[in-house]
Amino acid sequence: MTAKLVWENLKHRPLRSLLSFLLIGVPVTLILTLVGLTHGMITDFQQRQKASGADIVVRGTNAQTALSFGSATLSEGFIKLLEKQPHVKMAVGILNHNNQIWLTVTGIDLDKFSAMSGGFTYLEGGPFRKPDDMIIDRYYAAQQHVHAGDTVEVLTRPWHICGVIEGGQLSHMFVQLKVLQDLDSSTGKVNQIDLKLDNPANVEAVKKNLRGVLGDEYPIYDMREFTSLISVDNIGGLREFTWVVVGIGVVIGGVVVWMSMYMAVLMRTREIGILKSLGGSNAFILRLVVMEALILGAGGTLLGIGMSFGAQWLIRALVPASIQMAIVPLWWPISLGIMLASAALGALYPGLRAAQHDPIEALAYE
Amino acid sequence: MSEDGIIEVRNLSKTYQMGKVSVLALRHVDLHVERSEFLTIVGPSGSGKSTLFHIIGGLTPPTAGEVRVAGHDLSALTEADRTDLRRCTVGFVFQRFNLLPNLTAGDNIAVARYIAGMPRKPDPQFDEMLQFLGIAQRLDHKPNALSGGEQQRVAIARALVNRPAILLADEPTGNLDTENSKIVLELLKNLNEQYGQTTLMITHNPEAASYGHRTVHMRDGKIMEAT
Repeated sequence: MTAKLVWENLKHRPLRSLLSFLLIGVPVTLILTLVGLTHGMITDFQQRQKASGADIVVRGTNAQTALSFGSATLSEGFIKLLEKQPHVKMAVGILNHNNQIWLTVTGIDLDKFSAMSGGFTYLEGGPFRKPDDMIIDRYYAAQQHVHAGDTVEVLTRPWHICGVIEGGQLSHMFVQLKVLQDLDSSTGKVNQIDLKLDNPANVEAVKKNLRGVLGDEYPIYDMREFTSLISVDNIGGLREFTWVVVGIGVVIGGVVVWMSMYMAVLMRTREIGILKSLGGSNAFILRLVVMEALILGAGGTLLGIGMSFGAQWLIRALVPASIQMAIVPLWWPISLGIMLASAALGALYPGLRAAQHDPIEALAYE
Repeated sequence: MSEDGIIEVRNLSKTYQMGKVSVLALRHVDLHVERSEFLTIVGPSGSGKSTLFHIIGGLTPPTAGEVRVAGHDLSALTEADRTDLRRCTVGFVFQRFNLLPNLTAGDNIAVARYIAGMPRKPDPQFDEMLQFLGIAQRLDHKPNALSGGEQQRVAIARALVNRPAILLADEPTGNLDTENSKIVLELLKNLNEQYGQTTLMITHNPEAASYGHRTVHMRDGKIMEAT
């Protein structure tokens, strides 16, 4: 009967209930979107690196983190040196140039990179033919609304789109290595060398050998290590930022529930008086208010989860290349817990106020 | 005092604090009500009828004096005890019906059972009472789909569903037309006669007062006379 009372209360004022669900849903969407962006971007980066087909990554001396490439400090001469090492089947020099955050232009030797990764799947056009040719993936093409044969302005110069590929390897934009080296005044230099081994089981042995050859100056990672560098803990301030957003969500959720339940208690003063005249105890009244708040919290969370799918759809529609948002179901129960706690807190004062209503005054309330 | 007295009020006073002003609502009231009696209380507005009602019904504690209701000394009860009293010993019927607008008539009755910790389904005798009240076919309707008379009969059913020792009706016909008023008054009278339901009814209407066995007149917080 308590559940029925609460449910009928919610049904009795559908607009107020809907608005409360919506206002609680917004911070849930905020939290899930932020978490989804973090996971989406990280997972996307990891998958792109793995799809290059490399087993080991050698980076320049000034690469601070996995995301910062630094200027090109690795001589192309290293490529030949590394290819001669035992178990190294292939070495490919790569020059990454950050165009925007998370949106990198990558200079490659197309033949060698194709041999390592298995090659691109072209949806439109084909490989490089001229120096100003650029290959883009379908996400960047969709974001920029361009096709093969069109021109895009990147790195303050126009590029001719020679091919649109399925994508999923390294980055969204590829140009010829030599062209990017000239543009960056890094002729003969790269900032990453990807190695393909004859057998991935030899990774540790090759790493050990490379350290002997190159010294400790150059970061050497196997692919698992390299992709694990991109995590919530390894991106400065990301974890703190997430918790700040969660905190804001808790506060907004709590305030929304507080306001909603405060108004509900005020509007239902007379009904509370009726329940008290029937012998409803203070605990019973408090339970009704808190239960209603918990239903608002749970419903708002469900709506927020639904809206996070909407946010994902919107991001994919507007900026599919720049931003990747994942749906992280693990955070659904966390969001639910956060919102239930904040709803219970928000309902406490209005609930106690309702429970302490004088029944005579409540019954006389107009 | 009779052994059968279900309500005993002796030297009862009630003072309300309105800001810095004390308002004496009841002054040294004595009242005795027999079990199965139908007592009506009349008097002008502000005479203390409702205050007396609220104290007997456990909605507010007395300031001074002794009040015993069905064996409970109300001056000694805590707020939780008074809540128990409202749950099990008294049933209220109000002028404005006071049904929960978002519940059906049946659920309005069921909620009283629920609060009292009783099973949802009342005993067969209560079904008979619903027939008697003429609302057995109207239980699935919400209050806004019921006439005033029907709403008040639902309120009476709700007040009686837990078999309270005392039914307190505060101007139960105040919001009803003549025809429905008569129906409700006849019902209260018949409930008293058929089921021995002790009933106290406040009214402004002398004709309504005539339905009781006895009428108490109040003025300025005192009982002036009993007829």
